[in-house]
Amino acid sequence: MLAYILRRLFYALPILIGVNLLTFALFFIVNTPDDMARMQLGVKRVTPEAIAHWKAERGYDKPLFINLAASGLSTVTNTIFFDKSARMFVGDFGRAEDGRDIAREIGARMGPSLAIALPTFMLGLFVTVSFALLLAFFRATALDVWGVVLCVAMMSISGLFYIIGGQYLIAKVWKLVPISGFGDGLDAWRFLVLPVFIGVISGIGSSTRWYRTIFLEEVSKDYVRTARAKGLPETLVFFRHILRNAMIPILTGVVVVIPLLFMGSLLTESFFGIPGLGSYTIDAINAQDFAVVRAMVFIGAVLYIIGLILTDISYTLVDPRIRFS
Amino acid sequence: MNGWQLVILWSDGLVWLLLAAGLALGGLIARSPPLRVAWQRVGANRIGMASATVLLAFVGIGLLDSLHYRVALDGKPGEPIRYAIEVLSVLDALATPLRTRNEKTYSAPLASRLYAKETLDQPGGGAQRDYPRLKHGGLHLGERENERLADIAFTTFRAVVLAFLGWLAVVAVVASTVNGAGWRKIWRGETAFAWSAVLATLGVLLLVAVPVFSLSGQYHVFGTDKVGQDVLYQILKSVRTALIIGLVTTLVMLPLAVLLGIVAGYFRGWVDDVIQYVYTVLNSIPGVLLIAAAVLMMQVVIDTHPAWFATAAERADLRLLALCFILGITSWTGLCRLLRGETLKLRELEYIQAAQAFGVSSTRIIGRHILPNLMHIVIIALVMDFSGLVLAEAVLSYVGIGVDPTMTSFGTMINNARMELGREPVVWWSLAAAFSAMFILVLAANLFADAIRDAFDPRAA
Repeated sequence: MLAYILRRLFYALPILIGVNLLTFALFFIVNTPDDMARMQLGVKRVTPEAIAHWKAERGYDKPLFINLAASGLSTVTNTIFFDKSARMFVGDFGRAEDGRDIAREIGARMGPSLAIALPTFMLGLFVTVSFALLLAFFRATALDVWGVVLCVAMMSISGLFYIIGGQYLIAKVWKLVPISGFGDGLDAWRFLVLPVFIGVISGIGSSTRWYRTIFLEEVSKDYVRTARAKGLPETLVFFRHILRNAMIPILTGVVVVIPLLFMGSLLTESFFGIPGLGSYTIDAINAQDFAVVRAMVFIGAVLYIIGLILTDISYTLVDPRIRFS
Repeated sequence: MNGWQLVILWSDGLVWLLLAAGLALGGLIARSPPLRVAWQRVGANRIGMASATVLLAFVGIGLLDSLHYRVALDGKPGEPIRYAIEVLSVLDALATPLRTRNEKTYSAPLASRLYAKETLDQPGGGAQRDYPRLKHGGLHLGERENERLADIAFTTFRAVVLAFLGWLAVVAVVASTVNGAGWRKIWRGETAFAWSAVLATLGVLLLVAVPVFSLSGQYHVFGTDKVGQDVLYQILKSVRTALIIGLVTTLVMLPLAVLLGIVAGYFRGWVDDVIQYVYTVLNSIPGVLLIAAAVLMMQVVIDTHPAWFATAAERADLRLLALCFILGITSWTGLCRLLRGETLKLRELEYIQAAQAFGVSSTRIIGRHILPNLMHIVIIALVMDFSGLVLAEAVLSYVGIGVDPTMTSFGTMINNARMELGREPVVWWSLAAAFSAMFILVLAANLFADAIRDAFDPRAA
């Protein structure tokens, strides 16, 4: 098991290097640091000195890959690539445009992100799986047909509508919870109710339909007929046989997103003013803070790869036939 | 009438190219029996055909909006003709009243006065706070402003009667011209093609569109936005943006996904490894972040090269296409993986082994034997992606990495209107109109996609 995980981590390394090279190419070769400097300084007051100063301040004045001016090991280390990209592997993301340390900022913002994303994820999974199970149980009846119609209608509504409409109705008209903001400690729950609720509602449409398809595929399999033939009641067939066997396809889609919960949700966080990683990313995009966007891309890739490994491990937990070789 | 100059924006070219490709594909399908059978199954699906009718209406609006021109400016004779900086489309010309009759600021749907009180100078001197009359909405009423509701009701009634008569005419034409139809069979839904659904949808569309059209001559049917622009006009303009995002993106994605997916599955070995590596790397970056990074970079390129674009419309257009390109680059991986897996299965089948044994070349095997057997996956993926892309555009525009802010789209409309629910009195119409139009488009696309999937997926049958 441990050997397997280590090997998978080792395989993940080339992918991370690929992500790193891709973002490096995007941020430093497609656009040179000069372009970035001009962008940040504004077009009007641009002088060569100002650009040079801007670049020197941020360490963008070095050569890209190989520094011929330096000697020894620092021909490789004293470059933009080593400074800005390679260091990300050890968790050093440098500084944002406002001078703050990105790694520390990310650490502080993970908590609020998780406080929203984790309950949304758990509750959403529970609600959609139960709803899908219900539809599959009453398959080909009026309940199923109208349930699917409801799902298609719900997945055709823009996610922005759920947020804007929910905020207006629940927070502004009914005044049940604050519109936006975030509190410390246990006091935060008042701010969390609405985003979590809206997050769950907006995910119902597509997930329910997806899980229903999975369940229906299982329903038509031979082992289900056998279970019915030996006289099991339909409820037992569903909860003991179908639900368990449907776990594999469900896990494939679900486990991989668990690590990404740390990243938070861009929309929810920015609408509800939650100081998490999602709103951090949006702010960085709006301020054109390339360093932060670069860091978030890298972290997102790391978390995704962790998710893939977790998915494989979770298979062994639900299906004893799967062994690691 | 002044002279005019045809302007073909890049996206216009692609739209018409797509249309031509679609028609050519239709010709190919008509010649291939299995595909024809599948499309006949789609044609028999009532929900599918009803949604296809709605989609066609949207496509019609989009196509009208994809013929662009520039009007010549008045100049002295003898001088070279100069053209206006503003690029207009045929839709703009048809909707000139909607485009030009702007109010001062917000006004509610069908209103004759602004939404908020202002201090007005009285004719006899002094000032009074009241809702000022609109410059255009309900202007024809003159002094008889209290008859507004009666006027609206009468116009609507007249338009409904007209729409109904027009619809009856269409039904009569269809019933008499289509082979083996006849109105009795259509009414009972006994035709092979779901004419009943198409005609019913058309009836509903006419009953909505004709009254809206006739009211829009005198009123702002969906109200006006902050700068007094007609919301109905913006909705019409947004349709093209949504269609381009949904269709051109798949055009970018398709060659990548199909080519790489088949090559990886067919040749295996190191080719497979390389392609798998590429899509795993792209896949492991969360989509929004990759798009954000790419759009930021594109923005820098556009900003540092202002000389590339003759008009603002061209710049916005290129940004739209770049967005499609970026969305395509980030979204081909899913289809590619699907096609690779399917090709791996196909290449082990006996008839392909036989073709290999006969010495048929690889390109020929791929073209003749593998690609046709993957077409159903490609078609299903195309229609399934469309609705997701339309929804994604709205989110991306909100985040600030979507289309150019000067380009009308559902996303920019929502983005501009998102603070309006916080106003007193509440301004709900532009949000409601944008969300409803988007909902109808996406719902129709989703239902059509379901019909396509049911007809093409061999497992579903």
